[in-house]
Amino acid sequence: MGVHSPRFLSCGDTAVTVEFGTEIDDGLNALCLAFDAALTEAAIPGVIETLPTYRSVLVQVDPLVIDMPAFEARVHDILAGLKPDGRPPRRWIIPVVYGGEFGIDLEDVAKSHGLTVDEIIRRHSSRTYRVAMLGFLPGFCYLSGADPSIALPRRTSPRLKTPAGTVSIGGVQALFASVEAPSGWHLLGRTPVRNFMPDRDPVFLVGAGDEVVFRPIPERDWDALDAAAAAGEPVAELVTA
Amino acid sequence: MIRLLVKDCGAGTTIQDGGRFGYQRYGVGPAGAMDRIALAVANMLVGNAPGEAAIEFTVLGGSFVVEGGPVRVALAGAYADLKIDGEAVPPLTSATALDGQNITVGAARAGTFMVLAVSGGIAVKTDLGSRSFHLRGGLGGLDRSPVRPGQVLPAGGSPQGPDLVATVPPQVSAGAFRVVLGPQDDYLTPAGIATFLGETYRVSAEADRMGYRLNGPVIEHGKGFNIVSDGIVTGSVQVPGSGEPIVLLADRQTTGGYPKIATIVSADLPRFVQQRPGGEMRFTAVTLAEAIAAAREQAAMLEAVRAGLKPVGLGVDTEHLLSVNLVDGWVDAHAPPAEPPLHSAA
Repeated sequence: MGVHSPRFLSCGDTAVTVEFGTEIDDGLNALCLAFDAALTEAAIPGVIETLPTYRSVLVQVDPLVIDMPAFEARVHDILAGLKPDGRPPRRWIIPVVYGGEFGIDLEDVAKSHGLTVDEIIRRHSSRTYRVAMLGFLPGFCYLSGADPSIALPRRTSPRLKTPAGTVSIGGVQALFASVEAPSGWHLLGRTPVRNFMPDRDPVFLVGAGDEVVFRPIPERDWDALDAAAAAGEPVAELVTA
Repeated sequence: MIRLLVKDCGAGTTIQDGGRFGYQRYGVGPAGAMDRIALAVANMLVGNAPGEAAIEFTVLGGSFVVEGGPVRVALAGAYADLKIDGEAVPPLTSATALDGQNITVGAARAGTFMVLAVSGGIAVKTDLGSRSFHLRGGLGGLDRSPVRPGQVLPAGGSPQGPDLVATVPPQVSAGAFRVVLGPQDDYLTPAGIATFLGETYRVSAEADRMGYRLNGPVIEHGKGFNIVSDGIVTGSVQVPGSGEPIVLLADRQTTGGYPKIATIVSADLPRFVQQRPGGEMRFTAVTLAEAIAAAREQAAMLEAVRAGLKPVGLGVDTEHLLSVNLVDGWVDAHAPPAEPPLHSAA
């Protein structure tokens, strides 16, 4: 996968960020995920866990065990031997009720762009997104591939509570949330999909590197799908890409 | 089965252990006891492994009745009274409570977080590998809730061996909190970094298990305050648009989009979390090698505490030891300040 010279950014004595870039880029993210998998495979003494993001991998370490110069050397070895993941990504169809009480910012987003609500829904639901990372809170999917023509800067005053399943955009990023959370993003809709259910196997459905497509559904379908999801059904449809 | 019936407790009372690891890649933060030294010391005193699940209190204490006893208990962290049926248990000492006896933990006289360890640990079921309660994730604790009056908390086992006293008290370094600059210190101007390292900051009223927002001089950004989200660690000092820093703690999010100017060294976090709103502090930059050396010193300090554990009743006077045993430049990990804080945590 070419020659890579990441930056090693200090996060105190308990972690280091291996940074491959500063932008949202699918190639960069694929590199992060491939490196993360290889690093996990290498089982380096003193590495407690790793967290791949859009553009970097946070490596949590035990300061009493880790040998940082040796770790950095191993990182370069791992990168030199890195092979691209040839498997096709999993693709998920995520049902979304757009607008109304399910997406309280949809009309404002449409107005900001001089577009109709239906056109915003069309643009948001006609893309194939890549899940760049799971982050912030359990099961939150941060997506790349959002349509820049509907992008909006984050709200100046974040909301203290947004519901579980919120589907939102912030800047050029897109997100679907799993649990209730504060958010400064624009709420377009809501999905009944629970991406995080601690008593379900699997606990998390959609993972980093997967693809996501949003499918608009009518509000009348919400209750049945929500009840099925609460009972542990995926509700999200897995298709072969 | 030995149980603790919860009679009363403050709202910030939760079950916490050494933390939840391996799930940050899914957005699950580590949680765990805010003051890791307090957790380790309380557990040592009752004969547990240092990361065993215990009851963490936030400023306010609580009371419990032992059912199916006996159970050994010890309190560490913020200064507060521990009593069994009204009889005070001296600091840095464990004691045994019998079936039907009352265990009471008073409010913190100084500091914020107390840890009550019980023999065998609090034996709620593990949730993604940890018993630590995490509010936003809805994980851990008993029935995924904070500790509440009326709950019955299972204890892991009967006391083994004698009650213990720590003849070597836990110590932490005093003075400015040590930080390692990065990972995004290049997003702040040199003047901004000088502000952070040169000025005094105070803990604001927005301080909880997720993080402490600090008040103080604004730290100047050099190239905006938005980064493409990357990973956060416990002790990360992020600087949002307001320019006032936020220190992210046990219940923090896993990723974030604000630049992080520095990270508080792990050895200084137990003392940091005990600061109350209004508490003043300064920061000083150290190298990564110095931060790792501090972590080693702290591990050695805890080992010395362990080696100094003695059975109660052999004529050891803890209060006397507390007064004479401190190494120059170090302070008792949880001693009250000379003057009590003016502002109490809400």
